[in-house]
Amino acid sequence: MHPAYSVIFFTTASGAGYGLLVWLGLAELLGEMPSNWWFRFMAFGLATGLVVAGLLSSTFHLGRPERALNAFSQWRSSWLSREGVLAVATFIPVALFGLASVFGLFVDAADLWAVLTIIFALLTVWCTSMIYNSLTTIRAWNDQIVPPVYIALALATGGILFCGLTTLMDNLGAGAIWAALVAIIAGWILKVLYWSRLDGRKLTLTTADAIGLPKLGRVRPIESPHSQANFVMREMGYTVGRRHADRLRTYTVIGLFVIPALCCLALLALPTGFAPLFGLIAILSAAAGVLTERWLFFAEAQHVVSLYYGAEAA
Amino acid sequence: MTSLPAPSQKKLGLVIDLDTCVGCQACATSCKEWNTGGFSGPLSDQDPYGADPHGTWLNRVHMYEAGEGDDTRTVNFPRSCLHCETPACVTVCPTGASYKRAEDGIVLVNPDTCIGCKLCSWACPYGAREYDYADGTMKKCTLCVDRIYNETLEPEDRQPACVRACPTGARHFGDLGDPTSAVSQLVADREGVALMPELGYNPVNRYLPPRERRNAPSADTTTTAAPAVGTDAGVVDKFFAWADKALTR
Amino acid sequence: MAGNQPDVALNEPVGDTVKTTTCYMCACRCGIKVHLKDGKVRYIEGNRDHPVNKGILCGKGAAGIMQHYSPARLQAPMKRVGPRGSGEFQEISWDEALELAGGWLGKVRSEDPKKLAFFTGRDQSQALTGWFAQQFGTPNYAAHGGFCSVNMAAAGLYTFGGSFWEFGEPDWEHTKYFLMFGVAEEHGSNPIKAALGKLKQRGAKVVVINPVRTGYGAIADEWIGIKPGTDGMFVASLIRELLISENIDLASLVRYSNAPWLVINDPGASDHGLFARDPNGNPLCLDKTTGDIVDAMRPDITPSIIATNIALDDGRKADTSFRLLAARFLGAEYAPEQAETVTGIPAHTIRRIAAELADAAFNQAIELDIPWTDWAGREHKTTTGRPVSMHAMRGISAHSNGFQTCRTLHILQILLGTIDCPGGFRYKAPFPKATPPPLKPFGKHGTIKPNTPMGGPPLGFTVGPDDLLVGPDGTPERIDKAYSWDAPVAAHGLMHMVINNAAKQDPYPVDVLFMYMANMSWNSSMNVPAVLRNLTAKDEKTGEYKIPKIIYSDAYYSETVSYADLVLPDTTYLERWDCISFLDRPISDPDAPADSIRQPVTTPDRDVRPFQDVVLDLGGRLGLPGFVDDAGKPKYPGGYSDYIVNHERAPGVGPLAGFRGVDGDKYGKGEPNPNQLQRYIENGCFYAHELEPTQRYMKHANKNYLDWAQDIGFVGHANPVTFQLYLEPLQKFRLAAEGHGDVLPPDSHKQRIQRFFDPIPFWYAPFEGTLLDEDEYPMHAITQRPMAMYHSWGSQNAWLRQIHGFNRLHMHTSKGASLGVETDHWVWITSAIGRVKAQVQLMDGVNPDTVWTWNAIGKRAGAWNLDPEAPEAKKGFLLNHLISELLPERDGGYRFSNSDPITGQAAWYDLRVKIEKAPPAETGETVPQFERLVPSNPLLRPDTLQYSGDNRTGAQS
Ligand SMILES: Nc1nc2c(c(=O)[nH]1)N[C@H]1C(S)=C(S)[C@@H](COP(=O)(O)OP(=O)(O)OC[C@H]3O[C@@H](n4cnc5c(=O)[nH]c(N)nc54)[C@H](O)[C@@H]3O)O[C@H]1N2
Ligand SMILES: Nc1nc2c(c(=O)[nH]1)N[C@H]1C(S)=C(S)[C@@H](COP(=O)(O)OP(=O)(O)OC[C@H]3O[C@@H](n4cnc5c(=O)[nH]c(N)nc54)[C@H](O)[C@@H]3O)O[C@H]1N2
Ligand code: SF4
Ligand code: SF4
Ligand code: SF4
Ligand code: SF4
Ligand code: SF4
Ligand SMILES: [Mo]
Repeated sequence: MHPAYSVIFFTTASGAGYGLLVWLGLAELLGEMPSNWWFRFMAFGLATGLVVAGLLSSTFHLGRPERALNAFSQWRSSWLSREGVLAVATFIPVALFGLASVFGLFVDAADLWAVLTIIFALLTVWCTSMIYNSLTTIRAWNDQIVPPVYIALALATGGILFCGLTTLMDNLGAGAIWAALVAIIAGWILKVLYWSRLDGRKLTLTTADAIGLPKLGRVRPIESPHSQANFVMREMGYTVGRRHADRLRTYTVIGLFVIPALCCLALLALPTGFAPLFGLIAILSAAAGVLTERWLFFAEAQHVVSLYYGAEAA
Repeated sequence: MTSLPAPSQKKLGLVIDLDTCVGCQACATSCKEWNTGGFSGPLSDQDPYGADPHGTWLNRVHMYEAGEGDDTRTVNFPRSCLHCETPACVTVCPTGASYKRAEDGIVLVNPDTCIGCKLCSWACPYGAREYDYADGTMKKCTLCVDRIYNETLEPEDRQPACVRACPTGARHFGDLGDPTSAVSQLVADREGVALMPELGYNPVNRYLPPRERRNAPSADTTTTAAPAVGTDAGVVDKFFAWADKALTR
Repeated sequence: MAGNQPDVALNEPVGDTVKTTTCYMCACRCGIKVHLKDGKVRYIEGNRDHPVNKGILCGKGAAGIMQHYSPARLQAPMKRVGPRGSGEFQEISWDEALELAGGWLGKVRSEDPKKLAFFTGRDQSQALTGWFAQQFGTPNYAAHGGFCSVNMAAAGLYTFGGSFWEFGEPDWEHTKYFLMFGVAEEHGSNPIKAALGKLKQRGAKVVVINPVRTGYGAIADEWIGIKPGTDGMFVASLIRELLISENIDLASLVRYSNAPWLVINDPGASDHGLFARDPNGNPLCLDKTTGDIVDAMRPDITPSIIATNIALDDGRKADTSFRLLAARFLGAEYAPEQAETVTGIPAHTIRRIAAELADAAFNQAIELDIPWTDWAGREHKTTTGRPVSMHAMRGISAHSNGFQTCRTLHILQILLGTIDCPGGFRYKAPFPKATPPPLKPFGKHGTIKPNTPMGGPPLGFTVGPDDLLVGPDGTPERIDKAYSWDAPVAAHGLMHMVINNAAKQDPYPVDVLFMYMANMSWNSSMNVPAVLRNLTAKDEKTGEYKIPKIIYSDAYYSETVSYADLVLPDTTYLERWDCISFLDRPISDPDAPADSIRQPVTTPDRDVRPFQDVVLDLGGRLGLPGFVDDAGKPKYPGGYSDYIVNHERAPGVGPLAGFRGVDGDKYGKGEPNPNQLQRYIENGCFYAHELEPTQRYMKHANKNYLDWAQDIGFVGHANPVTFQLYLEPLQKFRLAAEGHGDVLPPDSHKQRIQRFFDPIPFWYAPFEGTLLDEDEYPMHAITQRPMAMYHSWGSQNAWLRQIHGFNRLHMHTSKGASLGVETDHWVWITSAIGRVKAQVQLMDGVNPDTVWTWNAIGKRAGAWNLDPEAPEAKKGFLLNHLISELLPERDGGYRFSNSDPITGQAAWYDLRVKIEKAPPAETGETVPQFERLVPSNPLLRPDTLQYSGDNRTGAQS
């Protein structure tokens, strides 16, 4: 699949934003919310900023962004529509939660807002993942492990943001670091599992199946319909070389998991004076890591339609 | 699956005969020509006279080779929307722009509401959806819905542009929901196939597989096969003796 | 969403107007209906009622809109202002353009008319252009036939008075076994496809003989991947098997062929190898019942077809034509085992095909309930059919052994008795004609005079040295050397040699080269780099161009436009009148002679004029007889439509056969009808005359048909057409080479004439392979027509060029493996004269010793108003750069053109090459690249096209 930057940014940014919101909610519920007003102001601002930027970015993928409102109509069948509806709906508890937390409004129900924020944020991320997971045409995505990966990575990147921001503006509690570490390691395990499932998957469909003539044996194209690439090839024909992919997987592991995890350990172990530095490193590294991860999520995904254009199996 | 209508009795679709398709592209250009001025037109072309010309086509013709060694054969393969009975291209659509018509099963995109999110194209295993880069919307085979019912056309012209044009008669249009229809009969006679049924989309269109080749010795011709290998005088004389018949002018 | 289904406008009218006319996206001439909306073309569909295509339309035809609105369309007449080839032009008015052309032509005509070389491409107005040349008085006229398929046409016309394509076609309704040789697409593009569809449906066996398996080969029941240039051997071997197995139609040979005619056997005599004739010139044969030697044309005899060593009245010996033919093909050199080594086709396959042919022709013979009367007045209650049919085209004709190969194929048809019978080959009117048609080329030595028309048309059929157009010393009289000893049976001329000869001033210099509708600086020339040099070559002393003036009419910015001194822009096919006439090549089918017209369906928005109008205008300016009336005024002031209606070639015979006579009720002959075009339009722009059932088969010997054909003027007399197994005219040329007669070939030509002008067909290896080191150039390189592209002129078409934006070199997977080449790799293709770089596509359906590519996809950068970075220019390539226009020197230093020695047909497919993998540093772009063309004042090219039929939007670049 063609890795479109708008979509990569959309899923990673909104994922991190929703992840951060989840952690803010938990912090609220557990009474661990950092007391620094600027932290809260910045954290809610960043989370909603990431979500909004992500959603806006996703509209760059649209041919007709001015009609984007139409996308809310098909929530009964379409994961994309559901995602849109939930993303918008999430703004309500988030807004109330933020008003309570930052501006002291509706504080009485703050815990309720926090719970709702957590639920809606997780649901939204889940819906995002389901957009991909539901496509039977793309086996790399049509795997039950995809939603957990999305959720884990949202929590990991959100957790890293939470810790990072705290180190910059407040004293970071060990609980938060441990929580982030757990999310990172969970994401790590799930992602590695994802890759091993991806690599281990048997490709059963061939070009002969694609043209309905499985009995004819090996089928290969000798002339494409048009001499320049068409939309389907541009959109769905992207493939990344195996060696390149391996390298990028390593970068992902290092950037998204190893370095942030080491940073977390450093935060636990080292004097707080170094905290902002490790916080910053963790954020930047995770950002690079998750962008790489998402790029690969697309680039490594093979669409069935590639069978018509030269892929031998899918 | 809330957005798919109840399965219709009528299942309009195409039957394409891979035994006679010569890959001439008539179905592709006639489709482009009709539809660029039709229901979902114009179908744009990018860089039409430039270095990277490409455009929106609702039907494309591939050429493949199949088999190994002496058994290889060439197969021309036209590809357009199969008007699936349970197509995810419809259900994934966030806007409802993509829909399956309740009355005849034709899968269409509403050009006025599509937002060009391209998700339906991701959901289609058959590469049948084409994004129009100029219009920002998704296009696909309309089964020439604006021809097949069009009362301003002569009755025999109320068929898809590609079927009407196909020089070899390899394309057939009709109701595959009706087992007595000509297309259903054809599918039954020639053991027509659906593409990648295992994906669960239940395509309506059918492809008729190429017939067996006839390049092996057959019983009825061996009897008349010529004998001699070399030429000796005997063969020549024998021939002239045979040809020495009394035949009137 | 269900229940929320939008309303779709199901009953939109297609447009506001619909007009019928004839497609011209290729020369197949299908009937179309053009739907217009607000004056713009909305939709083009096939006309159901039309005899050619019966409603279907091909890939090109349906893309006609994009041709019509192409930004490569020329805008106005142009005069060259920069150096030739620079593309620097100045737009001028039509008055000025015609004045200029008229002046140039007038001067030539008053001095030496043959200094006008007028050559036209695949137009359909040869009746007009040929007549113009004739009235102008220049023999230097031909159309594209010489580089196209003259081998096929000539071999057919000389052998059985017909040929394939416009001359005839298989009886698609009844044939049971169909052999197709060397056809990728053909002129009968749509009819062939429709017919193949029917054959497949009926279960008739389709066998395709072609080094490449695409298109028709893909759907064949059997594909035979023959080695290029060896079909003659394959067919000869089939003939041998049929003879040995006694599977030939002796009865039809006796009746319809020259099988019994006696051939004089008197080596050294001046009539050795000619037919023995009675004092009246009638051929003689041996009557078996009486033992007498009698007039072979008598209906009441029982001729022997195998008689040998018969004593003639003068005591000399003679053998029958068939005896000689049979002896040839019974020879061991044509045994299947031998043929296998030459063709690559297994001997057992050859035997099997022969057996299958025999089985279909004789065991599955059919009988139609159609009574007919033969030429001798004998009535036949039914018509017997041998349901074996064949079709062949350039794959066998575009070789230097093409004429003899095509003859061999026709002999096979004749031996099987499948000519114009049910299930066999069927003639299309005005064919059959005499073998060959009784029309000689005009322009003999000394007959060309200033300001004087020629006595007849420049093209015709020679039957011996006396008909040649040569000077006393044997030098050619025509600029293309047609009808000289280089190509004695030229029939269609040698257009591919014109630029070369004119620039070399060999045999003489010309003053004006006038070309129409042929992209001669590119894809229809051999050795393009040399042609480009020739077009701009200057005389060192005078500094003048060797070809002083070039006038060219094109409709689009082709590669050739830049080389003209004067450009006469034509309209598109939707903007003009045209006439597809019996005087040229009509659109008949076997059951119904037919002709058709093109009518303007839109009006030009540019300063362009139909070329035919221009020809008539020039004819008027020059005062050519027939173009002006007695008062010297233009005879057809209304232009081509005026001419179509009112011109009479002979009394009552004009360009169109239908609706003649004042009331429009006469067919074929009749006074001009002022409403004729209107009547054609009302009839869908064509007229088909249904033959009576009794006239439909056996036309070569069918009295009803022949009488009617004579009445209507298709043939001069109603004599039956005799199939020429033994082709006497060739022997006449041979005798001259042996020194007999007054018109003798130069020494340099004698051996060649003696060897190749064999009156009985035979197979010889194509020249190129025999003149080169075959180990050095081991591969055959050929081209194929893509179904969705017409020569060079489709690349301007926004839709078609998406399909074929560049071409690759296709080769066999095993060859790729041995050369270390994979799909997408780049290779150097090297021939004896040059190198071309191309990207590879491996495949299995190709003869392992053959590489091929799509024809005419490669473009010169900047031509056709395409972006110079267009894939056509960057990756597309022509094999033409590698095909030599001349054969290597022979003893005596003479270089013959790379053509068939008999007809001069260009031998495109003889090319031999070697393939080498290009190093990585050399990949990515084709070579050679020529200097980029810069169109003068072209139309703007849009960046995006959103064509919808009533408005054409798009950002302009
Ligand atoms: N290597 C190789 N070379 C070949 C062949 C091959 O098989 N292999 N085939 C040969 C054969 S058979 C042929 S026939 C030739 C064909 O070669 P050409 O006769 O050169 O054919 P085109 O390239 O179509 O060029 C025709 C020209 O007519 C112009 N034209 C199109 N429509 C109109 C019109 O309405 N009016 C006017 N005035 N001009 C118009 C086009 O713009 C174009 O410039 O190529 C020959 N060359
Ligand atoms: N779409 C389209 N239609 C056209 C044209 C076009 O440009 N495009 N051009 C028109 C013109 S001008 C012409 S002349 C006709 C020509 O029409 P065709 O006769 O079909 O000409 P080609 O495409 O040159 O096809 C020649 C075929 O012969 C095969 N071949 C080559 N050498 C040999 C051989 O030695 N033996 C055998 N058996 N086969 C061989 C090639 O592989 C190829 O398939 O098409 C006309 N129709
Ligand atoms: S028009 Fe017919 S023959 Fe031509 S490519 Fe399409 S299906 Fe095949
Ligand atoms: S072929 Fe593709 S676009 Fe057409 S209905 Fe099926 S899934 Fe949808
Ligand atoms: S591109 Fe259009 S039709 Fe396709 S899913 Fe998106 S909104 Fe629906
Ligand atoms: S049915 Fe109509 S829209 Fe579909 S492929 Fe054929 S011509 Fe195109
Ligand atoms: S074959 Fe195609 S391009 Fe040629 S005349 Fe017919 S429709 Fe037109
Ligand atoms: Mo041609």
